[in-house]
Formats: sequence, C-alpha cells, structure tokens
Amino acid sequence: MTIATDPTLHDRLAALAERQIAAGESVGAVAADPVNVPMIRHWTAAMGDANPVYTDPAAAEASTHGGIVAPPAMIQVWTMPGVNGRARQGATPVDGVLAMLDENGYTGVVATNCEQTYHRYVRPGERLVPATRLTALAGPKKTALGEGYFVTWNVAWYSGEEQVAEMLFRVLKFRPRTRRDRGGGGEPAAGREPYPLRPAVNRDTAFFWEGAARGELRIQRCTACGELRHPPGPVCPSCRSTDRGYAVASGEGEVYSYVVHHNPPVPGRRTPFVVAVVQLPEGVRIVGNVVDCPPSEVGIGMPLRVTYRQMDDDLILPMWAPREP
Amino acid sequence: MSSLSGRTAVAGIGATEFSKQSGRSELQLAAEAVFAALDDAGLSPSDVDGLVTYTQDVNQEIAVARETGIGDLSFFSRVHYGGGAACGTVLHAAMAVATGAAETVVCYRAFNERSGRRFGQPDARLGGEPSSQGLEMSWHVPYGLMTPAAWVAMFARRYMHAYGATSEDFGRVAVAMRRHAAANPAAWFHKRPITLEEHQASKWIVEPLHLLDCCQESDGAVALVVTSAERARDLRRSPAVIRAAAQGSGAGQMMMTSYYRDDMTGLPEMGVVGRRLWEQAGLGPSDVQTAILYDHFTPFVLTQLEELGFCGRGEARDYVAGGGIEIDGRLPVNPHGGQLGEAYIHGMNGIAEAVRQIRGTSVNQIAGVHNVLVTAGTGVPTSGLILSRD
Repeated sequence: MTIATDPTLHDRLAALAERQIAAGESVGAVAADPVNVPMIRHWTAAMGDANPVYTDPAAAEASTHGGIVAPPAMIQVWTMPGVNGRARQGATPVDGVLAMLDENGYTGVVATNCEQTYHRYVRPGERLVPATRLTALAGPKKTALGEGYFVTWNVAWYSGEEQVAEMLFRVLKFRPRTRRDRGGGGEPAAGREPYPLRPAVNRDTAFFWEGAARGELRIQRCTACGELRHPPGPVCPSCRSTDRGYAVASGEGEVYSYVVHHNPPVPGRRTPFVVAVVQLPEGVRIVGNVVDCPPSEVGIGMPLRVTYRQMDDDLILPMWAPREP
Repeated sequence: MSSLSGRTAVAGIGATEFSKQSGRSELQLAAEAVFAALDDAGLSPSDVDGLVTYTQDVNQEIAVARETGIGDLSFFSRVHYGGGAACGTVLHAAMAVATGAAETVVCYRAFNERSGRRFGQPDARLGGEPSSQGLEMSWHVPYGLMTPAAWVAMFARRYMHAYGATSEDFGRVAVAMRRHAAANPAAWFHKRPITLEEHQASKWIVEPLHLLDCCQESDGAVALVVTSAERARDLRRSPAVIRAAAQGSGAGQMMMTSYYRDDMTGLPEMGVVGRRLWEQAGLGPSDVQTAILYDHFTPFVLTQLEELGFCGRGEARDYVAGGGIEIDGRLPVNPHGGQLGEAYIHGMNGIAEAVRQIRGTSVNQIAGVHNVLVTAGTGVPTSGLILSRD
C-alpha cells in the first residue's frame, strides 16, 4: 500500500482559497520612492532601451507626452520590496495559500503567466500603491514538472485613487518529482528524502494508516461486540468475530509512560526525541512521539492532543502535542 | 504425566574467551565452545545426537555438527525470542533426553555481537515486513522506538512512577554486578568495578537509562551438554541436575513492547516461568542460595526479584539497597558479574555460572549452594531453570 498525500489537503486548500478570494483586494505598502529619473535611467540602460522620452527632458518635452514618463513595463519595479524589504511589505491574500502548498511538499515554483495592462503612463513624482487579490486556485494537475496547483492573483497599482496599471500573475506550485517517480536515473531527487522508518502495513492494519493520512486517529472496533482494540488484529479477542470496523478517537490522551532517546543515533531522527505510551480516554493505549514540547517538560499524566506530521511524500504519522487540561 | 524434574542434568559447560573482537567467525566460536563443553563432560562429538540453539543464532545445527565431527543427529531444535531462549534451549534438550528423542544434546550460543551485528543499534528494517513481528514493531519503529534500551526504558519509567524507584536504585544493580565481575578473571570487566557516582555520571542512552544501566556488547560462545541424570553421574563432573525447566509467555505478550496490558510494572511472562519452576521443583524462593537473573538492563533485575517472589511488588529497590543481591547478601545475584560485568552471551554464560555454583567451582563461590535459579531474557517470551546438586 502506498500512503498518499494528506487527503484533507485539497479541501483545506480550496477552503482557504475561497475565503481569500472572497476577501478581495488587500492594499500593500506604499512605494519606498516616487517614480524617479535615476531609477528609470538604470532600468532603461539595463534593458537597452534608448527611447529618449524616458530620460531626456528636452526630447520628452517635445514628444506627445510633453515631459518624461516611465516605461510602462517598469510598473512592478516601483513597488518592489527590495532585498530586505519583504517584511515591510505586509501580508497578501496569496501568502497563506502558497505557504500551505510549501508545507505540504509543493515546494517547486514556476511562473506561467504574467499579463500586464497599462491604463496610462506614470510620471516622475507619482508615488504608487499596490493592491493584491487572489483570483483563482486550480488543481491538482499533473504536469511535466510534477503534480501541482496553479495559483493566480491580480495586482493593481494606484496613484492616489486612480488605477494606473494591473497585472495578472500565475504560478505553478509543484511537488518536485522524486527519483522513484521518474523510474530511476536522472537528476537527484528534488523532493523530500524518504523517511527511513516505515511501518509494515497489511490488510489488518491499513485502516489505521489510511486514517492517519486523513487526519483521523482510528481505533479498531469489533462490529459484533463493540470492543475497542489497539494495536489492531484480524480477530476480536473477546468474541472471535472477524467483522471489524473502527472508531475515530477524540484525539485526546495523556502520557502513561515515556522515554527520551539520546543514543545511539536513529535514522531519520534528530536526538533527543520523546516517545510515549499514550493512554486514550477511549480505553486503549498507543505509542507515539511527543512534539512541540521540550523533553524536560514531559511527564507521566501530561495531557496531550493528537497532531499529524508529514514525514515524507507518502507517510503521515500521528504524534502528540501538549494540551491544556 | 511424569515430571521432567530431576531426570536430566547439565554434564558439561564450555566457553570461548569473552571479548569485543573475537577475530574469528561465529561458526568457529560455536565449534570451540562445543569442544570445550564436551571435554568438560568427558564426552566426544560422536556421543552427541542432539543440538539446540536460538533462532537468532547464525550457526545452523548441521554446520556446527560438521565442524565438530558430530555425526548423526536425531534431534535438533531452535528456541525463539532473542535472549528469552537461553534456558529454553536446556528445556528442549531435557525434554528430548527425557523422552528418548536423544541421549546427549548440546545447547550452544555463539556470536560476534560486538564486532559483528550489534543488537543495540537501530535497524530500520525492523518494521519492514508484514509478518506478525514486523507489524508489531510497526506500532513503534516509525516513532524511533527501536532499540532494546528504549523498549526497556519505557517500562522502567512507569516502574519508577508506580513505586518511587530512582535511577540510583537501578545503578545499585550495575554497581553490584561490576563488583562481582571485578573478581572474575573471565569477565570483561575483571578488576574494573564502578561506583554509583560513575553510574550517575554516565551518559544518557535512553532516559531514564544511563550507559551503565545497559549490559555490555560481547563476542563469544557458550555451550552446555545435557544428558540423563543417571548417565551424568558416570561422567567426569558432578551433575547439575535439572530440577525444573520452563518457558513462559504472558497474555498480551509482545517482543519487548508489551505496553498494552493493564499493568506495565511487572513481567507476567517471568511470572509464568517462576510459578512453573517452583511447582516443578517443589521449592520456593527461600530454597535457592543464589540466582542468575538476566541483566541486559538493570531495571528488570528489580522486576524479576518481585515477579519470582524474592520480595513484594515495589520492594526490590529496598532489597537491593540493603545489599540483598551482593555476594554476602540474602540472595547473591549473578556472582560471575552477569551480562553487565562478565559478558553478554545472550544469557548462556549465566547458565554456565549456575553449573559452576552447583559444582562449587565458581571464582565467587557462594557457600552451601544446593539450588540455583536461572532466568533468561526479560521483556520477551522467556524461560528459566532450577539447577540442583545431585
């Protein structure tokens, strides 16, 4: 059995995108500098654009513009945050969607569309303000680069109340193909390293791991007598029934016992790490890591709540984080 | 049904040196130990018609037979569950002899556990196969819970919580074992005792276990010759009579990770073994003068004292702190230094020490030994013996 991507991801992404699209335009930080001739001169020099209407006051005066104007294609330049300016720029409605994709292995990015519309030329002295809105999320799509989502947004630039230009921008956020996907050979895998500590799974235990992949902590329940059992098995020890289903646990638990592993090193793990036997209110115990907590703060009786960790492209493990009692 | 008690005996013991790098193959180690045990008994390879070892041993019975010149075999058997097999090999041999399936059976265990495959190192393949054991391991290995020290530490933490035991209580076991080993020239830690302070200062392996709570890793081999008590009386050595032999597994048993039972502070499988041993032998805890308790990790020595009835639940730490397991204590435990001090030969070296105590030939001989209790691996399905003077 292959354990797929967190199956709740698509729904969570779609819901987030829907909210962000509905929220509409978000106004960004005002340009650090007004439109100015030195910046235009550098840009046109770099681009090899010798049109004097952008840099020569006399020629511009004589043109239909009656003075210097900025090249329309520079529109993005005026509100770029600069090398260290990202934080000042503030959040946009696009950030959350991109972050969720990154966190779930869609770490690759390629721009696929950039369509700019210029309503008028802008002139030195104008101080522009950008505004961004998310317009579409499409996917997952199989692409040559790997499976991905197309994320589309729109940026409008304002001078005062007047919209002077806008841009449609679309990227493909993709999950880089692993060596295995490509059938061996080729470039080194760009995806996550496969997590080395994989569970063996068979028809008696698959429901548990499928549940973990969906964000559900499933405990085997005998359909005949109702007994809950973990770890699961094919025959109910109470009534011999092989008719079995599962209950979805509340996700709460507490530390029944625990260890802090220091030595020797464990493949795929950074030491020290905590492993606990967790007592569930449903009456069964389960083993898992305690995370989001320094090892020194773990103790028997500590209240926990289940959380899920994506270990690699295929495996999601239920783990345990501290909970307020 | 006739009892096994008293019908068979250990007539010979043999071993290689105990080292960290034997410099020879595991099969050679096995052959050397088998020869030594046969020499000790005054028997030759042609007298042997049965061989028993652990399922984990890499030397097949037929290979050992070929190397040692043992000819026809009418009985061969393997005992499962890691170090839990130790006394089980003797049980299987005794059953074979008592039933006539074989006349003389050699039990052996040989490995390069330090220079070859080290059991304490994580093995990512543990959870790999959808066999019952692979599936069992798969509830633990993905979380990095995959070394013997970690499996035992999980029990130890709960035990500490339930009974107020401390790391020092575990440490006193290690100190006692190293003190015994210090006087044993065959021990790796001969003349190297430790203090409780050194135990406390040793690095964490898996909290709550320090390095010095963990037995050593060893290369070496041990072999034992089992035959009828009657025949043993005619051989070179005085027999160590097999007064009782038993295997045991408890309800809800797992390999090292029986965390899903109601209670995590005992070793029910050792309880099964203990009850059967006392019943078979017609003896009780006060009738044994020394015990060989499996000591791959210190906490389970405490648990065994309780499970076998030497003291009450939760009382072992006081028993140990009061010097109970020292050479001159109420129950000298592992006079040879155990696996913490002498060597880790998967429990087989402890059986050899029990035989020496019965013969009166141990370097740390306990006075007036009539009966010795021996246990095998803890945390796994296990086994035990009571050996007695004839």
